[in-house]
Amino acid sequence: MDPMIRLILAQGMLGLNNGVFYAMLSLGLAVIFGLLNVVNFAHGALYMLGAFLALILYSYLGTWIGMADLHIGFWPTLILAPILVACFGMLIERFLLRRLYKLDPIYSLLLTFGVTLVLQGVFINFFNASGTPYPGMPESLKGVTNLGFMMFPKYRLFVIVFSIIVCLAVWFMIERTRIGARLRAGTENPELVKAFGINVPLMVMLTFGFGTGLAGLAGVLAAPIYSVSPLMGANLIIVIFAVVVIGGMGSIMGAVVTGFALGLVEGVTKVFYAPAANTVIFLLMVIVLLVRPSGLFGRQG
Amino acid sequence: MKSAIYAGVSAAALALGAHGALAQDAVSDGVVKIGVLGDMSGVYSTGFSGKGAVDAVKMAVRDFGGTVLGKPIEVISADHQNKADVASATARQWIDQDHVDMITDLTNSAVALAVQQLASEKKTITMATGAATADLTGKACTQYGIHYGYDTHALPVGTASAVVKNGGDSWYFITADYAFGHALQNNTAEVVEGLGGKVVGSSDVPLATTDFSSYLLQAQSSGAKVIGLANAGQDTVNAIKQAHEFGIVAGGQQLAGMLVLISDVKSLGTDVANGLQFTTGWYWNQDDESRKWEAEYEKFSGGEAPTFPHAADYSLTMAYLNAVKAAGTDDPDKVRAELGKMKIDDFFAKGGHIRADGLLEHDMYLLKVKQDGTDPWDVADVVRTIPGNEAYASLEEGGCPLVQK
Repeated sequence: MDPMIRLILAQGMLGLNNGVFYAMLSLGLAVIFGLLNVVNFAHGALYMLGAFLALILYSYLGTWIGMADLHIGFWPTLILAPILVACFGMLIERFLLRRLYKLDPIYSLLLTFGVTLVLQGVFINFFNASGTPYPGMPESLKGVTNLGFMMFPKYRLFVIVFSIIVCLAVWFMIERTRIGARLRAGTENPELVKAFGINVPLMVMLTFGFGTGLAGLAGVLAAPIYSVSPLMGANLIIVIFAVVVIGGMGSIMGAVVTGFALGLVEGVTKVFYAPAANTVIFLLMVIVLLVRPSGLFGRQG
Repeated sequence: MKSAIYAGVSAAALALGAHGALAQDAVSDGVVKIGVLGDMSGVYSTGFSGKGAVDAVKMAVRDFGGTVLGKPIEVISADHQNKADVASATARQWIDQDHVDMITDLTNSAVALAVQQLASEKKTITMATGAATADLTGKACTQYGIHYGYDTHALPVGTASAVVKNGGDSWYFITADYAFGHALQNNTAEVVEGLGGKVVGSSDVPLATTDFSSYLLQAQSSGAKVIGLANAGQDTVNAIKQAHEFGIVAGGQQLAGMLVLISDVKSLGTDVANGLQFTTGWYWNQDDESRKWEAEYEKFSGGEAPTFPHAADYSLTMAYLNAVKAAGTDDPDKVRAELGKMKIDDFFAKGGHIRADGLLEHDMYLLKVKQDGTDPWDVADVVRTIPGNEAYASLEEGGCPLVQK
């Protein structure tokens, strides 16, 4: 195979691998924005929280409760950590965000930004600022697969496949099921939905929990690839917002497709001019905002 | 009555003043304070800085007897988070308010360059160990700045020439994107090109990157025989690990770590690092004297074997305190003059001396990782001793403006 094509394919794979996290995080953000009209700035911090929960469940919890041999492994964590993050998200919604719905959306943005700073501060205080490797990668996912054009770690392949399934499932649930229909109706006209006897505040709380749970899940998936560090979310959140803007605020499909696509674009850019890879997303954002201000998949207002 | 109080107060003031003047003659503020300013939590906190460095300095103070010229010796430490601004602010406070007499460690070249400059303006001696850039005693040299242990000129002399002589004559660099990485890349490229090899490309990577995969792929597709890692600490460990993960080593390319510590080898595992050659300022298992010191250190510090920057921290603390003793004062000009006069010949630095540009010139060692060590920390053998005058640039080549005529 031509080495250039090989390199493009290989960098594309790595880009897709990063795209996983763009897609899953912007998906959660889109779900939350769609229903609550809240721009959740704490999304990156909740992703970080998910990764730290994975690390804590594996390395620290046992020592804390006096059972040094207890290591909660990757598979249970994949379920446990997102649920814990979702619960934390629901607490934020119930006790903080709910008080701000009647005010300008800028207040909830500032509030979630504050939550981010507090969470980061707490973790910087108690953990290594520059990152700790996650030691709990399951044996079955260690090793590499030969893709023909490159050697690719099995774990990263698993992450790509797994997250595509998760994204499709979420899309299906919101666009094609009764729960999803109610959710979308609640977005359109909360008063009317209330009149049908649906508990809208509860639905809002669960939705926020669901969106943040997705962030937690992405965090767990990220832990074995990147080091677990208090600032891992802060590094990502700006890109995620660009993804959401390009895809169209609140569009589920837009978030997912744009997430993967931008990861790919970023990866391939590295082949041609590596220093531009970090900027290419924002360049695209500028172009999209000029040409199609409501985003590629957004409804034209 | 009033006048009696005045008399008493002025007598006390006189006494204090006289005492102050006396103390200033010998030891300022009645205490010799050493500040360890290092990376206590980041990518360089194991091996270069961290608790290991603070322990080495404290152990030297203990072995020195805890006092010098009849005054107590105090050790304080702080985390600079690899940020030059944080480091400068700390150093300024240490010098202006806490009256620190000597600042050491200064791991991270960007930090060391900033603090060395600042401290020299305030007439304070700095003795950098963990920092690597040869600029510290080259174009950025200062009157009170000392570089103790190694530099970016000395590292590739051993490693890169060994690799090129084994046929590794085309290089691609993965470089930490700040003062240190660029200095190390340039110094290594000089050695490679001097031996007839060539550099085919490089990728600049931000400090504390966790995912090296895309840079490694660029290196792989460059077709270079050798991937030179001009980085250090956790960055080097991550890059080597991922090069194995992505089958790059299995594909026939060779990795050459320009700055590797035995703690990095330990964290990689000798099976991954087997055969890796790297240059170091000291290795605990190099002779009896070093083994004896290592055993003492492990007892003092509780577990971990010392890396060469840790050994350097001990050695330089001893050298500094001996210089204070010999000068009979902690006055920085006199102490610096003593440091320049004395021979540095201990377990760490064989036949060493501190030059006019501030560089400690001493022997370096080329190590090769082995798998059959007798001790968990016995990870390598010394394959070559590089004499100090071969490893380091000469005074003229160094380019320190203070010594240029």
